[in-house]
Amino acid sequence: MDILMLERWSPYTVGIGIGAIVILGFLFSDKTLGCSTAFARTSGMIEKIFKGSRVKEKSYYKKFAPVVDWEWMLVLGVVIGAFLSSLLSGEFSLHFNPAKWEETFGSGIPLRFMVALIGGVLLGFGSRWAGGCTSGHGITGTMQLAVSSWIASICFFIGGIVTAVIIFKAF
Amino acid sequence: MLTNLHSQKKPQLGIGLILGILFGFFLQKGGVTNYDVIISQLLFNDFTVVKIMLTAMLTGMIGVHILRSLGFAELHPKPGSFGMSAIGGLIFGVGFGTLGYCPGTVMGAVGEGNLDALFGGVAGILIGAAVFAALYPKLEKGVLLKGAFGTMTFPEVFKVNPWILVAPVSIMVIVLLFWIEKSGF
Repeated sequence: MDILMLERWSPYTVGIGIGAIVILGFLFSDKTLGCSTAFARTSGMIEKIFKGSRVKEKSYYKKFAPVVDWEWMLVLGVVIGAFLSSLLSGEFSLHFNPAKWEETFGSGIPLRFMVALIGGVLLGFGSRWAGGCTSGHGITGTMQLAVSSWIASICFFIGGIVTAVIIFKAF
Repeated sequence: MLTNLHSQKKPQLGIGLILGILFGFFLQKGGVTNYDVIISQLLFNDFTVVKIMLTAMLTGMIGVHILRSLGFAELHPKPGSFGMSAIGGLIFGVGFGTLGYCPGTVMGAVGEGNLDALFGGVAGILIGAAVFAALYPKLEKGVLLKGAFGTMTFPEVFKVNPWILVAPVSIMVIVLLFWIEKSGF
């Protein structure tokens, strides 16, 4: 069991493991592993609290109904899995600013909060625009050799590299 | 195909949860639920993210195509267009570089105790998804259709048996991984 308590596994072990999880998703559930659709469904559920069943008439929520489905449970599982893993290795800790962020931009919480929120909005908006994220397009889509996923994944990294370089080199 | 299992709603939610727990466990052990690791990849200082993604893609590509050849799985490629995949991908990328997590790893980061991932990241993604849902009726008939190619896969584009592409793509990925290791990353 010592292996479960290690902080890091080889990226190749992890990659093979994630590949196997995707294969099991196809085999047992006929589903493609992804994460961002679950966020759209959750947004719909939250809107439903404020606006009631009118939400169901929005054309986007007709396509992705605001309900708990396989992918929603998967995304919930990711929180639990990462929690267990970090607990076993002793890495779990409640903190706001990531180390690398703090080194460059200091320990103030409001700045990191604002930047993370803006980043999150763009991520949520962009993932729905592209129809997938780093999991659904980047891993599950590319492995199916889907044209949409290869284009989206290349653009994820172009956008990400340019943005990270601007943030960390220009400021 | 295990169609009987696929149609059972409750067991499916359980399978989703179990696979999610495994996914989160592997992501955390790989270090990619960590902001520093993701940003270091985007700044080309650390290649953990690319190594994990390429290995997962390689493993999955071979496995899924074996299942498909044996009749145990069907592919579900996502539809796309240049307006959708390229522009959406770039917007996503800007968000990825700004937040330092993606929609999957942000949840892992929450599980690990990162409060910026919860109060900034997850909250932001939910807002972004809601804004997109509000604008969807306008986008749907406009930019999202520009240069549409549907659920096309590369084997369909080149009209070849998928294995004709799976084999060389696998070799390319392996060569790329060896090259990354050899370069000292």
